Amino acid sequence: MGTLLFLGQTLRIAIPYLFAAAGGAIAERAGIVSLTLEGFMLGGAFGAVIGSFYTESAWMGMLCGALVGLLLGAVHAVASIRYRADQIVVGVALNLFVVGATRFFLQLAFDSSSNSPRVAGFGGEGASGNAGAFLANPLIWLGIAVIPALAWLVGRTTFGLRVRAVGEHPVAAQSVGVPVTRVRYAAVLLSGLFASLGGVYLALDQHQFTDSMTAGRGFIALAAVIFGRWDPKRAGIACLLFAAAETLQIRLQAAQLIPSQFVAMIPYLLTIVAVAGVVGRSTPPAALGKAE
Amino acid sequence: MSSRASWRETFAEEAIAPLVALGIALVVGDLLILAYGQAPGDVWRTLVEGTWGNAYGFGQVLYKATTLTCTGLAVALSLRAGLFNIGAEGQLAMGGLAAALVGLALPASTPLAIAAALATFAALVGGGAVGAVPGWLKSRFGAHEVIVTIMLNFIVLALLNWFVSARLHVPETLHTPSIRAGALPRIAEWFSAFHGSAANASLFLVAVAVAVVSWALFRTRAGYELRAVGLQPDAAEYAGVKVGRVWTRAMIVGGALAGLGGINFVLGYKGYYEDGFSGGAGFLGIAVALVGRNHPVGVVLAALFFATLSQGGLAINATVPKQMVEVLQGVVILAVAASVPEVRRILRQSVRGR
Amino acid sequence: MSTMPAVRITAVEKRFGAVRANQGAALEVMPGEIHALVGENGAGKSTLMKILSGMLRPDAGTIEVGGRDVTGWSTAQAIAAGVGMVHQHFMLVPTLTVAENVVLGREPVSVGTFDGARARLEVEELSAQSGLVVPADRLVADLSVGEAQRVEILKTLYRGARILLLDEPTAVLSPPEVAELWKVLRRLRDGGATIILITHKLDEVMAVTDRITVMRQGATVERMATRSTTPEGIAKAMVGRDIALGGGPRTETRAVGAPALIVRDLAVAGARVARAVDGISFELRAGEILGIAGVEGNGQTELLDAIAGLRRTSSGSIRIGDRDLLALDVRGRGLAGLSHIPEDRHKRGLILDYSIADNLILGQQHAFTRNGVLDRAAIDAHAADRIAAFDIRPTDATLPARALSGGNQQKIVIAREMARDFSVLLAAQPTRGVDVGAIEFIHAQLRAARDAGKAVLLVSAELREVLELSDRVAVMYGGRIVTIRERHACSEEILGPFMTGAAREAA
Repeated sequence: MGTLLFLGQTLRIAIPYLFAAAGGAIAERAGIVSLTLEGFMLGGAFGAVIGSFYTESAWMGMLCGALVGLLLGAVHAVASIRYRADQIVVGVALNLFVVGATRFFLQLAFDSSSNSPRVAGFGGEGASGNAGAFLANPLIWLGIAVIPALAWLVGRTTFGLRVRAVGEHPVAAQSVGVPVTRVRYAAVLLSGLFASLGGVYLALDQHQFTDSMTAGRGFIALAAVIFGRWDPKRAGIACLLFAAAETLQIRLQAAQLIPSQFVAMIPYLLTIVAVAGVVGRSTPPAALGKAE
Repeated sequence: MSSRASWRETFAEEAIAPLVALGIALVVGDLLILAYGQAPGDVWRTLVEGTWGNAYGFGQVLYKATTLTCTGLAVALSLRAGLFNIGAEGQLAMGGLAAALVGLALPASTPLAIAAALATFAALVGGGAVGAVPGWLKSRFGAHEVIVTIMLNFIVLALLNWFVSARLHVPETLHTPSIRAGALPRIAEWFSAFHGSAANASLFLVAVAVAVVSWALFRTRAGYELRAVGLQPDAAEYAGVKVGRVWTRAMIVGGALAGLGGINFVLGYKGYYEDGFSGGAGFLGIAVALVGRNHPVGVVLAALFFATLSQGGLAINATVPKQMVEVLQGVVILAVAASVPEVRRILRQSVRGR
Repeated sequence: MSTMPAVRITAVEKRFGAVRANQGAALEVMPGEIHALVGENGAGKSTLMKILSGMLRPDAGTIEVGGRDVTGWSTAQAIAAGVGMVHQHFMLVPTLTVAENVVLGREPVSVGTFDGARARLEVEELSAQSGLVVPADRLVADLSVGEAQRVEILKTLYRGARILLLDEPTAVLSPPEVAELWKVLRRLRDGGATIILITHKLDEVMAVTDRITVMRQGATVERMATRSTTPEGIAKAMVGRDIALGGGPRTETRAVGAPALIVRDLAVAGARVARAVDGISFELRAGEILGIAGVEGNGQTELLDAIAGLRRTSSGSIRIGDRDLLALDVRGRGLAGLSHIPEDRHKRGLILDYSIADNLILGQQHAFTRNGVLDRAAIDAHAADRIAAFDIRPTDATLPARALSGGNQQKIVIAREMARDFSVLLAAQPTRGVDVGAIEFIHAQLRAARDAGKAVLLVSAELREVLELSDRVAVMYGGRIVTIRERHACSEEILGPFMTGAAREAA
């Protein structure tokens, strides 16, 4: 029973990571840098709360969150692809923008600088610890499915083949008639969609939006993508690993064995180790961040 | 250095994008203000009056610009060497803590000049140490500095949070006790009109840093070699420059400059280190460097601009939520980033067309 | 057999800014022939082929394929019409397999999903048909250069190409791979394909083609049948005047001095091979030009990089006089008397965004610094002096190097390297991509350095340049010096077999 609870808790923590990592993997495989995951998630969370609040339907919340994700993805895509802006700068700017915009509209809609009122989520009241409600949440199932689905998309479909080609050698892809720009737009839009669902899950799970509620989860997801060497399956495993470490930390908090801050560092430290190539080099797609 | 002959074109290339961005930001701002049911003209006027319109507001702008200049320089200098330093946030925080530790450790009787010099030096070392990590990992292992600096931010901030909360905090707070020595005087001590504003003597130290960086970048061999590395690492190597060493050094100096920003808050304003004092100034440094086109003078101007926005947010908060300026900051950065390549393309085409 | 040409290009014009790449370019290729498009570097061959393959749009003129006017078509349209281009720089995705690369853009699909098994099958079938043997499942990153090129050709065949354009396909191939390529091309031709081969190597033209079109300075100047011409005839058309291929033996003998640069048993690792330089020894004497000839990619770049200190050596020694260069860094080697005109001025030789003046001190920045501060007055004076002495235009030293023509950019590099206090000069591809006037000027500079008692090591892909300048000639092949001989004992005929690996002698 203890193990089962542990796994359940790990999964709950992992779901937003899995969504965001899926978003990060698809965009980066197409050669577009994904510092925007944090912003996509936060935007998705806010959209979900707005949708759920005004329609009193979690499903509509999910739809609204996804739309915000697509919209932000479109901004990222247009700036990075059409206008060839530096993708790192776009990421930083978009994150700042979303933090500011959610605060602004939080104030505008709910006259609060910290949080929204309570909204409808999946699985009714007090869902957090309840196994039944847990299983009734469609986002849990979507989150579990998103990585295998992405692995199939990238590894087995024509679109995936083209994404991989475009991220490695866009000129070669262009020369055989692959519509490089269109593939990249699609990948970044998908990225916005996937990552925003991570935010939707967070907001509906907590039944409200709080200021900056994603709290760096987008960057943990990015770390998982890099640590997983840009491979969807490995990135998914990294998400579970990071989530397990967090669960462990929560469990051990009472015991005060190691300060929580040190457990929180684990994903970041592992990622630095991975890119430094101390244990098996993590090599990004060759055309990552290069506008043609 | 830009050439005399094409000075005008270079200026156009650098200045048009920020101006376009400003225009877009104004439009977006208008929409947000209208969304809140206010009159844009009034709000903008309040914003300007609350910042450049009185000594207190201007002092606050100067205070905020001081930190932003440091983080902007940190990003700009690294970019001149071809590296993207996203780590200014952690470097700034570490610099602040280092300054505070020295201020706490020195006896209260230490002369101000000595105490301030030691604490400032500590801030430089603290920030430089954080910058050294990605620099070294880059030159030794080729680890991508963007990823390393992002990850390192979280690590450094977590480490500092642990250190302050577990070892050094004043109960019920997340800040250290007040420093005993090295507190810098406020500008208001000389000009009483600035009364209440946080602008302080670190302003002058940072101005000196701007001048030194400018001079070093364009007048010294080290600067010549650093810019060469940033533009064409292979050519720099051919010219006998040790590229890896320049990368490491640029990140150390960049980190030190960000760390210097820490004294503005710790020595000049509060007199203690507080968890989270950097508050995004590190990330905004990227924006400052971008809008300032990686030139020290441009960085100062851009820092003043973003500081004005930030302080202006407070000025308008009574009518429109101050978060509006956070949205505008994002818009400005996005618009500059997107229009720089476009402007360059159009200008070069028109030159060719002549 | 119809007599309608497969390709007919007439009066094509194409400009890039102020540069005229094509004017009066024409080409007529009959179906089922191997047609050579020859000309010197910069004659406009590649531009014309890019226009034919839809990558560029002509400013004027018409393109007809199979009798249909297709002027200004797109790459996709060209592919659909059966025109396939095999690029000089491979257009392959290294992280995908051979089969995936071949089908990319026209992937076989089953139930909406990419059908990897069928892709593999189709590639294997095509491979068997055409005689282009490739490992369908291997990653392209793991292929040899020859294999990668076969994949490139398969890509065009997979798209149903009946007209194949090959841009300098042998530049990166070893002789056995070249022979293999000729076999494949003949087989394709006999199967009805039309092949256009861009090259400036006359032995290739003679070996494999049926007819020849010669371009010079952007225009088509002559068409001929291979059977009824000679290499001398083609060369004359290419340069527009009589050329004594192989040249007459030089009679004058020069007084040469002591060994200045001594290389012993040098081995250097390359990017893809363990021994790009595979045990080289030679002595370069004061007052001579030693020219290194050879097909590019046979270790010349690695050799010069190793001497200059830009690449680690595996074993062996390099000395200037009695100083061990391996113990010195790049700057130390400069101080020891080494000067270096690098092969790629856009990559190494210049900082394109730096001013002319700043570029003129690149690598010598220490000499123009006092206490770490740049000595602007000295830099400006140096620039004025160099610009006048080498006639660099425009003369405004504050202009960025990027704004100059190729010839003037190269003059900056040479003016700078000649200003050093040097005893040994490395000159790699010193006239690549520069105009005729600048070539003569640069050649005169190299001769003057030699006459002043300097030791000059010249590496050039242009055999004629090597023969024109050198006192002695070495040929590199497969990372080794396969022959080294006095100039009077050299001619294109004699050196040819060495360059292609057909002959070697103990150096």
